Amino acid sequence: MPTIHEKKFVSGDPSKCIGCCVCEYACSMKHENTYNPTKSRIRAVRLNSFVNLAVACRLCEDPPCVAACPRDALSQSEENGVIIVDEDKCNGCGWCVEACDYGAIQLHPEKKVVFTCDLCDGEPQCVEWCPEEALDFTTKDVISQKARITAVKKLFQEALKSEKK
Amino acid sequence: MSYNKRILYVDLTTGKTEVKPLNEKLAKEYIGGIGLGMKLWLDHSKAGVDPFSPENPLLFITGPLTGTMAPSAGNSYAVVSKSPLTEGICECKAHGFFGPELKRAGYDVIIFTGKSEKLVYAWIDDNSVQLLDAEHLRGMSPAETDETIREELGDFYIRVSAIGEAGEKLSRVGCVINDEFRAIGRGGMGAVMGSKNLKAVAVRGTNDVNVANVEDFKEFVRTIYERMKGPATRKYRTLGTPENVLVLNALAALPTRNFSQATFEGAEKVSGEHLNERYVKKIIGCATCGMRCDHIALVPEGEYKGSTSRVEFECLWALGPLCGVDRLDAIIEAIRLCDYYGMDGISAGVIVAFAMDLYENGIITKKDTDGLDLNFGNHEALVETIKRMGTRKGWLGDTLAEGSMRAAEKIGKDAYKYANHIKGMELPGYDLRTLKTAALGFSVSFRGACHLRSGAYSPDVKGKVDRFKIEKGRGKIVMDGEDLYNVVDSLILCKFSRGVMYDGLKDMANYYTLATGIKMTPEEIIKAGERINNLARVINIREGKGTRADDTLPWKIMNVPVPDEGVAKGAVVSQKEFDIGLDDYYSVRGWTKDGIPTPEKLKELGLNDLVKIVNKKIGSKKRGK
Repeated sequence: MPTIHEKKFVSGDPSKCIGCCVCEYACSMKHENTYNPTKSRIRAVRLNSFVNLAVACRLCEDPPCVAACPRDALSQSEENGVIIVDEDKCNGCGWCVEACDYGAIQLHPEKKVVFTCDLCDGEPQCVEWCPEEALDFTTKDVISQKARITAVKKLFQEALKSEKK
Repeated sequence: MSYNKRILYVDLTTGKTEVKPLNEKLAKEYIGGIGLGMKLWLDHSKAGVDPFSPENPLLFITGPLTGTMAPSAGNSYAVVSKSPLTEGICECKAHGFFGPELKRAGYDVIIFTGKSEKLVYAWIDDNSVQLLDAEHLRGMSPAETDETIREELGDFYIRVSAIGEAGEKLSRVGCVINDEFRAIGRGGMGAVMGSKNLKAVAVRGTNDVNVANVEDFKEFVRTIYERMKGPATRKYRTLGTPENVLVLNALAALPTRNFSQATFEGAEKVSGEHLNERYVKKIIGCATCGMRCDHIALVPEGEYKGSTSRVEFECLWALGPLCGVDRLDAIIEAIRLCDYYGMDGISAGVIVAFAMDLYENGIITKKDTDGLDLNFGNHEALVETIKRMGTRKGWLGDTLAEGSMRAAEKIGKDAYKYANHIKGMELPGYDLRTLKTAALGFSVSFRGACHLRSGAYSPDVKGKVDRFKIEKGRGKIVMDGEDLYNVVDSLILCKFSRGVMYDGLKDMANYYTLATGIKMTPEEIIKAGERINNLARVINIREGKGTRADDTLPWKIMNVPVPDEGVAKGAVVSQKEFDIGLDDYYSVRGWTKDGIPTPEKLKELGLNDLVKIVNKKIGSKKRGK
């Protein structure tokens, strides 16, 4: 399994997300061949005009959803860390739903089993379609690097400006 | 296919609901949205019905693309009913998140009839439809109503379309609002809801929305998303429509102080540039749209600190320059209040400006305003008047809530000279003395003064025609604009995205076909646009409106020349040129000189069942002579 540093997941940037739900439509089309946000593995949340964020599975270390399943229906992929649902074992009891702090694993509206982000075989369609480039398929390390660089750029914007001259 | 082919009937008097099939032929001929809505309104109403009567049907209609990933069209719905403001047909569109939820609940159309005994809201949970008590929601704003309903029904993702106090109290400019600030704005549709004791429509839809040709649809949508990042939407993504403030001001086309001037000395202070620099905190968007255009402004300091609203040009203009107000913080607050009470911000601003003009000219006095100094430029008076209108407080609030036309009739004297409306609907922010294609377009629009029925201001503003005169040829420009916009509003494409249809009608017809599987050619789709315009005209004729006598311009536009120094000085619309314009327009439309569609034209459009309505009218005109 990739280490926590290597694991790539779908991350949303609240400063860019506008709550448009394009990710939800792209996801349901990719996985279910229809347009239906209730079948999307990523869900957008708009608390108010200023606070918007789309949330998907964060591929936790020792995922609490897996630990919470009394039927061993959930496992974490050795290859990329996604949560795999054994639909024969899952009976929709929802312990995993309760265990997830992010609401990233949900009960399927029709199939009576849970479902969550599978990263679309390494090409997440939500990231592909997001019109605001608010979603990234990335690692925690890259996110922290980017944040640091942005912070330093802000701190030294005057110096950077003069450098260009 | 992307139609559900289901119409939901809700009788608010009895509480009975029923689902009937939507005929596919009707769907193709009228597309969806406003076209289908107006056709169904006609079929379900009696001639001369009072807008506030239980028998006036109120329709919520989705479009053929609603619920799909189509950017700017996947997120829309329309409302159609007879307008208490114009007493003609009214249609409005709104985007956001409500429309697709309704489509996913399994309906193309809801037809509300009757009147509930108590204030209720409709709770549509897929197949289950209930009318729930809404007494506890009385007086709440649409946004508060939305939040309360989602909380009590226990689902964050329920979508709500609601009225505020203005609608409850039958203000003729009461609107319907979904998703915080997306409005079914014009013509008093909120008051129609209020007259039915219907506070809100709450929807949860969990069904799939499928398109006919999945692969090609995806491909086409991908292209549209790419185009949306391009030049066609630049304005809406950057400064937003408030960019118009300085553009129109430079053209002497920015009506100021109730059309007393056509330029505003405070334009810089209320410009889109200043708004964005100082007040816009975030730009967000509707469902499935990659454009993002909602400029959310927040007042950072001063007496209106913390006030926040979504700011577009029309409301900014009406509540700003038109009232002589040059303070954006007060304008942001006034827009917020319009949304709070559920009032059309364009009409509200034009009505306040009308009252200010009356006050300045001594037609109403401090006694009428209960001590309020209603001078142009008084931002406190603006805010106070909006509050009174929203709640119908006092003589002033109660009178103005009726709209400028009725308020002028009630006040009497020369008040009508200051009321800037067409067919009862207040003008939007374009000076018709200096934009004369717009003057013609606005006057013939079937829902009254409206910039979005034909976009006739566009050739004037872009310099494609001599904007200071009406001449032969303008009729065709207006007609083509109307027919196109009827298509746009029936597909319910957002007008901000009309430019991304690079191939125009071809793109629109293609969009329709890919989603519905029903073959549609560009020729057929524009024919539908023409059909819809004729339908609307005949509806108005049936309701005793919709002839040449109703295609008018406000008194000031035809009698008070623009006083501002410069290129526009002295501009005014003369009866002679206006008549040339009307004659030209009726002639290209194939209508009589009185503006009545001929039986031949109606038959050509497949509107045979409407022939008897016009025959009656043409007959009575002849007998009259």
